[in-house]
Amino acid sequence: MGFFLETVLGGLMAGMLYSLVALGFVLIFKASGVFNFAQGAMVLFAALAMARFAEWLPQWTGIDNLFLAGVGAFILAGAIMFVMAWLIERLVLRQLVNQEGATLLMATLGIAYFIDGVGQTIFGSDIYKLNVGMPKDPVIAFENVFQGGILVNKEDLIAAAIAAALVVLLSLFFQKTSTGRALRAVADDHQAAQSIGIPLNRIWVIVWCVAGVVALVAGMIWGSKLGVQFSLETVALRALPVVILGGLTSVPGAIIGGLIIGVGEKVSEVYLGPYVGGGIEIWFAYVLALLFLLVRPQGLFGEKIIDRV
Amino acid sequence: MLYRENGQFKTSYRADQQIFPIAQDRWLIIAALLFAFVVVPAIASGYMFRAILIPFTIMSLAALGVNILVGYCGQISLGSGAFMAVGAYGAYNFFVRVPGMPLVLVLILGGVCAMVFGILFGLPSLRVKGLYLAVATLAAQFFSDWMFLRIKWFTNDSSSGSVSVSQLEVFGLPIDTDMSKYLFCLSILAVIGLLSKNLVRSAIGREWMAIRDMDVAAAVIGIRPMYAKLTAFAISSFIIGVAGALWAFIYLGAWEPAAFSVDISFLLLFMVIIGGLGSIMGSFFGAAFIVLLPIALNQFLPVLAGVFGVVISTAGISHAELMVFGVLIVWFLIVEPHGLAKLWSTGKQKLRLWPFPH
Repeated sequence: MGFFLETVLGGLMAGMLYSLVALGFVLIFKASGVFNFAQGAMVLFAALAMARFAEWLPQWTGIDNLFLAGVGAFILAGAIMFVMAWLIERLVLRQLVNQEGATLLMATLGIAYFIDGVGQTIFGSDIYKLNVGMPKDPVIAFENVFQGGILVNKEDLIAAAIAAALVVLLSLFFQKTSTGRALRAVADDHQAAQSIGIPLNRIWVIVWCVAGVVALVAGMIWGSKLGVQFSLETVALRALPVVILGGLTSVPGAIIGGLIIGVGEKVSEVYLGPYVGGGIEIWFAYVLALLFLLVRPQGLFGEKIIDRV
Repeated sequence: MLYRENGQFKTSYRADQQIFPIAQDRWLIIAALLFAFVVVPAIASGYMFRAILIPFTIMSLAALGVNILVGYCGQISLGSGAFMAVGAYGAYNFFVRVPGMPLVLVLILGGVCAMVFGILFGLPSLRVKGLYLAVATLAAQFFSDWMFLRIKWFTNDSSSGSVSVSQLEVFGLPIDTDMSKYLFCLSILAVIGLLSKNLVRSAIGREWMAIRDMDVAAAVIGIRPMYAKLTAFAISSFIIGVAGALWAFIYLGAWEPAAFSVDISFLLLFMVIIGGLGSIMGSFFGAAFIVLLPIALNQFLPVLAGVFGVVISTAGISHAELMVFGVLIVWFLIVEPHGLAKLWSTGKQKLRLWPFPH
């Protein structure tokens, strides 16, 4: 029982991180109808920027406080993500208004190649350590309830807390601010939003900025967990089933989908994996999402797809 | 004047229904085939065969398959790499386990394996559409990556998952020189290309296009969505599977599951979108573009750097290649979202009026 709970808890933690990446997809798809395959590249780029600035800042300014350098690096990396969002909107999206979904998807893949090239040219292509001062030692919880208690990674706990905080912040931003309201209006209906005077282009820049910040946070957490390296980009591919499971247009869907996929992956790997040779977690998530789509084609919380002739 | 369709009167149904009803098109195709079969082998060097011509022919075949599914039937698929892998490993197993099986039959059986796999992973298309389907087909990709890495039976129990084939021959002729490899791939490409050109203007091709344009409306006028979508998946993955088997047998010779990663799927989708969705001709253009671009960049970038007196490291060049590749693709999608095939048809339109445009 304790082991099972430990697996589930590990899955929930991993799921929280998946939902962070998934959130980036959902935000952009909601507001601009673009399925952003560059999200993975953005996560990698942001993490690279953050890791390198955290390393360079003490050299440039002489600050040797780890926390200050981390904050500085975060702000600098965030600024770079803002510039990138603006450039993407200016140079790519604005030119591709009204194109088909597949064309836009391919354009974001092109962006992903570009970001990869730029990131590795500027920041180098080695594996970098990103230390934001998270404790790595595990703690044992519920010792008095179960035999041996449950082993929990402190780092995972903090990461999950950060992810949860980000989700709360985002939903506050979406529900309470006027910009957030404009974003939701654009998500609902581009034309209607435009007709009441919401500037679409500015909204797109904002939403790509928000997605950039989400990518930065995701990159920071994943990077400090796994090290900043190229494989970070595949995290995005692993977050895709989360997006379709939760529904492409739903923020809560991304969170709950992430948790389901996280738990499903871990439980399947631990209990099913040994029978079929292991390593099944990467496709199991997809098959899980696929089976789910057969029942509900729009995902858990996606808008109902209505076909009209 | 050069390209005139009027005045070509047909006197029989046969003449009216042939693949290329316009005489100029017919000559062009015959000329292109003659050029590819006779002139190219005579002038191409070994490097050209290995680096450009063989990859180009095989990738055109794969792009053709993807175009049938994505361009004609409108089902976006990111699992093409998996279909290639299944074709390659399926053919490999027939090749190794049944001694003396002729190569052409091996390739066809590899294609059949990919077809079964494609139908299986095409089933979600009956419920799921558009981008949801694109992500769903990624399941095929990751499943095949895992399957060929972990299930040792498929790789004939080789410890690293890497397999190789040797001593290929067709009808008693050995396929060992670059030229024979090229001619073999080209023959298969020509046959399948003509077959699919014919297929897309037949009843089933029209059903696919109806499904692509508006599937609900197509169902209303009596087209069975399940039949149309699954045949598209079947035929497309058969062609992609044959291409995968060729890629593995002829181009690579020895390969491992990573040779058919998700990157291949992306590249194939690039080919059909850059070439032109829903155009057989476009698949060839797209494949040429994607095969030639990295080679051209590889040759051109160091020269460019030399002109400006900048020394770039090898890693720097590969990063710069990535950047330029990304930019070119985005630029291309912006200036010509309908692909190179659109340029081709614009050119034809202009040629109709030449030399007296309005």
